[in-house]
Amino acid sequence: MSTSIMEFEKPIVELEKQIDELRRTAEKRQLSMEEEIVPLERKLDELRRTVYTTLTPLQRVQVARNARRPFTLDYLQLAFTDFIELHGDRLYRDDAAIVGGWARLDGDTVMVIGHQRGRDTKENLRRNFGMPHPEGYRKALRLMKLAEKYKIPIITLIDTPGAWAGLGAEERGQSEAIARNLFEMSRLEVPVVATVIGEGGSGGALALGVADRVLMLENAVYSVITVEGCAAILWKDGKSTEMKERAAKALRITAPELMELGVIDEIVPEPVGGAHVNHEASARALQEALVRNIEELRRFRPEKLVRRRREKFLAMGEFTE
Amino acid sequence: MAWFRKERKPRQPRREKLEIPPDAWEKCEACGHTDLREKFIRNLNVCPNCDFHRRIRAVDYVNLLLDDNSYDELDVDIRSVDPLSFPEYPARLKKALANAGDYDAIMSVSGNLGGMPINLGVMDFAFMGGSMGSVVGAKIARLGQRSLERKYPLVLISASGGARMQEGVLSLMQMAKTSALLAQLAERRIPYVSILTNPTTGGVSASFAMLGDAIVAEPGAVIGFAGPRVIKQTIGQDLPEGFQTAEFLLDHGMLDVVSHRRDLKSSVGGLLRHMSGQPAATSWVTP
Repeated sequence: MSTSIMEFEKPIVELEKQIDELRRTAEKRQLSMEEEIVPLERKLDELRRTVYTTLTPLQRVQVARNARRPFTLDYLQLAFTDFIELHGDRLYRDDAAIVGGWARLDGDTVMVIGHQRGRDTKENLRRNFGMPHPEGYRKALRLMKLAEKYKIPIITLIDTPGAWAGLGAEERGQSEAIARNLFEMSRLEVPVVATVIGEGGSGGALALGVADRVLMLENAVYSVITVEGCAAILWKDGKSTEMKERAAKALRITAPELMELGVIDEIVPEPVGGAHVNHEASARALQEALVRNIEELRRFRPEKLVRRRREKFLAMGEFTE
Repeated sequence: MAWFRKERKPRQPRREKLEIPPDAWEKCEACGHTDLREKFIRNLNVCPNCDFHRRIRAVDYVNLLLDDNSYDELDVDIRSVDPLSFPEYPARLKKALANAGDYDAIMSVSGNLGGMPINLGVMDFAFMGGSMGSVVGAKIARLGQRSLERKYPLVLISASGGARMQEGVLSLMQMAKTSALLAQLAERRIPYVSILTNPTTGGVSASFAMLGDAIVAEPGAVIGFAGPRVIKQTIGQDLPEGFQTAEFLLDHGMLDVVSHRRDLKSSVGGLLRHMSGQPAATSWVTP
């Protein structure tokens, strides 16, 4: 997880620097250098577009994991209002890798629950890099049941490398916590919309992902295993770019591929150059999609909502007979 | 000094050497105890010395649990496809079909357990590590659907390393699929008993395996979300003795019963009888 610049973004960053410098010089000397800046900006836009329309699957993984991307709490600030965070699973402790609480989406109360990563080391230690323990999933379920009690729609934001693999997590039943969420989410009698905003890592992601509508940001990824893990198992090499790229291609983890497989329902566009270049624009696009989907789902009676959600997941899978 | 030297006579073998073929012996993987293969088999492939439960095939469990070795196998024609065109997957499938059998990583059957009709799914680790892909998910969902229609209890025996990587996110979705079906079963009050054998990890443990009305495990089975190797790697230290065994999970409140293989049928039968309002069984026929 790096805050560092991604290799393929280097030309973009170079150009950004150049424009910045020109701006500063212009300001210092009180000169208008628009004539030089405008074409450069156009070029930057063009460059971003070409780089981002030709991203390889592995590059998409890097974008999805990038720490400059908006996280759950960023979206809570930009796409929602009136957020009141709720804490704890009432069983063991509060897991900071998942945040959640009441918020308003376009004025209406919703329950928002999402994985939360950190931008720096200190924050990442507190948030465990967005990798929840069982108590995180149990908190999420508590909040979902609370929303259901008051007939409030649920919005989940998925952004995790996966559920935490450690001693305490196993002792307290990581498997059971995830399984319980899948079970309970399939029968929630309120609209549920899930959005993969960054990395959707396996069971740890799905535990917030059994929804009426599953959306995915344009550069997000969703996978059954990390590309590193897959490459390590299949080709005994989880480190080299070549093998990781092979795994990323083979696993079909990008939004367009998952749309084709019928696993997700909608792709939320990101600003040119990725969500990290413009948090506000990303939040606006997400908000628009959420409002529209929730509105559509509100029209269904609870029983129909549950039946449709079940049918959707029961239909997943490909085989022959 | 030759006068007290013993006269060397060739020793006669005291008895005729028994003609035992070399493959008649088997060695326990856990304690090294060597015994006649037949003895292992008669003991349901549990080591007579240390009680180590060896891995057995799906059909062995079917015969162990169901009455009179009689059952109907369901969904026999369903086969895995390669939805992602994943490298080497068709070849691996072909190999697994040849070596492990054609029911993929799960055999689904219906039959009677102690006179009670049940639907039973048994995973088989021999087929690609018992990995769950679309076929496993579909077979479990159909078993569940059958249980819903006939109101027969559902029993699932897990043996799996988790989701089948080669089917990508479609495998992941089988976790949601199976769990969604179990929610329907629960709403209709149809009993579901989950049996965990060695190993039950990953996407299987994080879905239907941990959702039983009662969860029964075989002694010593490794059960967990992440495999022991992954955890060791993540935390960078050795794992405590007995970590993630069935007994460890029992201690931590994650399952109900640790049952020796020979008692599996009576344990599960007893649980199902309580939950489906049936009188106690008078006797149990143990194979």
